[in-house]
Formats: sequence, C-alpha cells, structure tokens
Amino acid sequence: MKVFRGRVHKFGDNIDTDVIIPGKYLKEFDPKELAKHAMEGIDPEFPRKVKVGDFILAGENFGCGSSREHAPMALHAAGIRVVLAKSFARIFYRNSINGAYLLPIEVNDNIYNSISDGDEAELDLSKMTLRDLTSGGEFTLKKIPEIVIEIFEAGGILRWKPKKL
Amino acid sequence: MGMTITEKILARASNREKVDPGEIIIARVDKVMIHDVSGPPALKILEDLGVDRVFDPNRIWVTEDHFVPPPDTKSAENLIELRRLAEKYGLRKYYRWGVGQYGVCHALCFEEALVTPGEVFIGGDSHTNTAGGIGSFAAGMGHTDIAFILKNGWTWLRVPETILFEVAGELREHVMAKDLALHIIGEIGASGANYKAMEFRGEGVKRMNLEERLTLCNMTTEAGAKNGIIEPDEKTAQYFKEKNIEFKPIHSDEDAEYLEKFHIEASKIEPMVAKPISPANSSPVSEDEGLEVDRVYIGSCTGGKLFDLRMAARVMKGGKVKVRTEIAPATQSIYLKALNEGLIKIFAEAGAIILPPTCGACFGGHMGVLGEGEVCVSTTNRNFPGRMGHRNSKVYLVSPLTAAASAITGKLTDPKELLPG
Repeated sequence: MKVFRGRVHKFGDNIDTDVIIPGKYLKEFDPKELAKHAMEGIDPEFPRKVKVGDFILAGENFGCGSSREHAPMALHAAGIRVVLAKSFARIFYRNSINGAYLLPIEVNDNIYNSISDGDEAELDLSKMTLRDLTSGGEFTLKKIPEIVIEIFEAGGILRWKPKKL
Repeated sequence: MGMTITEKILARASNREKVDPGEIIIARVDKVMIHDVSGPPALKILEDLGVDRVFDPNRIWVTEDHFVPPPDTKSAENLIELRRLAEKYGLRKYYRWGVGQYGVCHALCFEEALVTPGEVFIGGDSHTNTAGGIGSFAAGMGHTDIAFILKNGWTWLRVPETILFEVAGELREHVMAKDLALHIIGEIGASGANYKAMEFRGEGVKRMNLEERLTLCNMTTEAGAKNGIIEPDEKTAQYFKEKNIEFKPIHSDEDAEYLEKFHIEASKIEPMVAKPISPANSSPVSEDEGLEVDRVYIGSCTGGKLFDLRMAARVMKGGKVKVRTEIAPATQSIYLKALNEGLIKIFAEAGAIILPPTCGACFGGHMGVLGEGEVCVSTTNRNFPGRMGHRNSKVYLVSPLTAAASAITGKLTDPKELLPG
C-alpha cells in the first residue's frame, strides 16, 4: 500500500472512452503513442499538462462506452495513476484493475465539490485518506473491495493468484 | 425466493444451486469472441507470458470487423498479427474479410448462431450485450480480462441486480426496437443500469422478431448495463431448430426478485432521436423534425442487420436521397440476403452507396468519418463527442426507418410520413 502525490485534473460527468481515446487510435497498441492522445476528445493539451502520479477527479459514470482497454492504458502512459470519480462505468473499472493501469476510487459529492482543478493532492492507501494540499482539506475514502486490491497489487489479473472463492 | 434468468445462468456457470445479486462468483465461460481490436493484444499477452494453449479453441471465435478493409498499413499489420496468433493457438472459427462470411461481431454471432440460449458469452467488445436477445448471459470486457478467460476458461463476476422492463402491447408500424431502447435509456439515464442486468419481457417483446430483440439488448450497454436479456420463446426455439442447435430453455422464476420494475406501453412509443452528446439525451423525432442533415449512416451491430435493411428499404423504395447516405450491411451473409431480396438495388437506385460489412464509420475509424461541424443521422449506438469523426461533429441516433426517411428528405424526419400505405 502506498502514497500517491500529484496534481488534480478535474472533469465532469459521463467522460466516455471516445473522449479518453478516440476510435481512430484503436489500431495502436503502443502505450507511448496512445499517451499522446489521452483525453484528446475533451482537451487536446491534456498529455502535456500531466506529470507522473497525477490524479483525475471526475463526476458520475467515468469511462462509459467502449470496452477499449486503450482508455486506461492511455491515461496510465500519460502519467495518471489514480482516478477518483463519483462513479465508474463497469468495463472501464474492470480494465483499470485487471491491467493494473489505474486505481479507480469512488468519491462522494462533498469530495468532488471540495477539490479544484489544479490542486495538489496526496492519497494514502493504507489509511484511505485523501488530502488536498492546496486547500488543506482532508477526506476519508470508501474502502476498496479486497479482490480489487489483490489483483491490482499482483500487477494485473494474469499475475494474480486467487486466495479464496 | 426464486431467481431471474440472469441469476440462473450464472448459478449454473458457477456450479451453484443459487446465486444472489452482489456476490462475486467464479463463472465458467461457454463462448468467447475477439476481433481485430481486442484480439491482437489479448493473444499477445498470452504469448508474452509463455502460455502455449487456450482453454478450448472450439469455444472461441474471431472476426475481423473494426479496421476492415484495412485503411492503412498499421491496420493491415494488426490483421496479419491476429491471423498469426490465431493460428498459433488453433483458433479455427476465424471469419476473415474478403474470404466468405465475416462481419460486425454481434451480427455475425446471430447469423452463425455462435452463441446458444443459456450460455455465458464474454466478448472483447462492449456491445456483446447484444446476444442477450436470444437468452444468453452476454457481457463485454477489455483485452486483459479476455486474455485471462482465453487461458483459464473462467472469470470473476459480480452477480448483477436485475431491472425488469415489462413491455405491454405492440410497437406501431413506424416504430422499432431502437426507438423503445432510446426511450428507456432516456428515462433511466446513461448510467441508469450501471453494473445491472436489464431484462425485457411482455407482449411487446414477444411480438418482436429476434433481430429487434438483439437491438434492444445491444443498447443496454448505453445505460451502463452489465447485460441485457430476453427469455427464449417459440421464436428463439424456431431459429435454433433451423440451425440444428438444441438448448434447454431457462426462464425467470415467478417469484424472482427484481431491483426495480418498469411498465411500458409499446403502442405509446414514438420514433425517437438521441441528440448529441449522449444516447440518453433522447426525445421524440417530432420535436426536432426538420433539423438539417449532412449525412445518413445505416449500419453497425445496432442498425445493419437484415431486418434493419428491410425497414430502410421500405422507406427508400422509389425515392432519391438528398444527402450523402451510406449503408453497410453488418455481415457478408446479410449483404447477400439483401442483394437477393432486391434491397441493395433499392438503395443504389436511391443514390446511396453500399459499403462492405465493417464497424468503420460507427466508431469514427474510417470509411466515412465526419468533418468538423457535420451532422449525421445514424442507426448506430453512440453519439459521444468525436464518436464518428471530428470532435465537433454531431451524431443523432435513430432507428433505420427514421434514418431512411431522413435520407430521402435531407432533414430529420418521422418515418410515418413516408411509409407506403
């Protein structure tokens, strides 16, 4: 369990996979190439703004749409490690974890509203706390399901050895 | 307490008497599909890990549908790579463009009866939900998830709660399953069924042919659903009998528990349009009639099946299109049937162009992408920013009847006005 620290890039509701990585790039499987086009559908400047370890903070239904794993791949390669959102679309959620690209964490309305675009933030996974270093706000996050942590920490579903079930 | 059809299928797949919504289960997978976008990375993961065999080559099928015919060298090379890996892993159910039957995976799945009622079907494509229309549990996943299944033959699933849509009566002649789907998504929202199953039943569903049921389940993806499902009935049985495939029908129990129930009067549904930038942004076509259109696209897993083309031809017969119109039969077999029935002639005489089976334009990949500011009326399933091309182009989702009517007038048009008789 570790600590993530970076800048917050804030978006609204229903950020879909066509916006995260447009369909014309689906023939590309090289993460470095995909990173150049991350979030192109909403902000073509995005890849140049992101540093490794940065966060995305989004509203409802983040990652809705296609099953393209290119979406979490592109965000990871651009530098994003954690996506905080009010809710996630199911395939994006699975892909993020099973490929160990991103940690998707659900946040409530208060957290979403309290943190601004560009704020510096720190996430401590062992305590499940999120601190907004710019505003000084501190928040407790919902626990992540155990199976999610297991798969993510194993480095993805293909390296994961199921303990139970 | 009884179980829904979704719960029953998942119980069987996990060797359990009963499963409950919210549980995480280990489920055996009966069929797996990959295409030219999900296939190469999924199989490459196995190769890189040194895995030398898949769980069962007979349960896996492959189609080339997204970047076909290849618009550039990169796409062509992906097909070469897919072919190489499929041969390595002995995947003989392989549908190649330009070599007989192939096409848009979800339409191909139905045409070739590759998935049987009651099976667990996982595809490397989000619209895998389509196959729920014949009574299977069908869900889409990404390529790492698919790689895991190809290796092991099972996956982990959270048993979804089911939302029931009871559809009474019958859709009117100018209204299609697509309109019903857009109406429902408009009601519940783009995340209204996130992680849930959407089950459809009632007289309005029974009266639909199987292709229309596929359309209804196809669109459940746009409400965030894990799967859409319709119990098999006489029409389903008849279809699989013709294909010489036997199955044991599974139905929801009388006392099955549903998260929520919706009642819909089919006869009250109007032709619907989902405006940019969400499939949930839907309203009756009549409210936006006359909207100027630059392009009409009739195709995809949602709107390029044989029944879709028949409906479009009813409206277009004898007319001339006023705007650029592309029609892409979803599979080679559908193309051939449309040709034999005279549909292709109707389209060509109307001035539309006929494309080979491909997902191309639907996802903005190639074969007719939109430029900045262009407005397209389309039978496809998504209208997110940039979905079919430039991020400032606009996509309006409609039924094949409405798309055909709009092609003839050059404006968004309720098909009622153009239907013969």
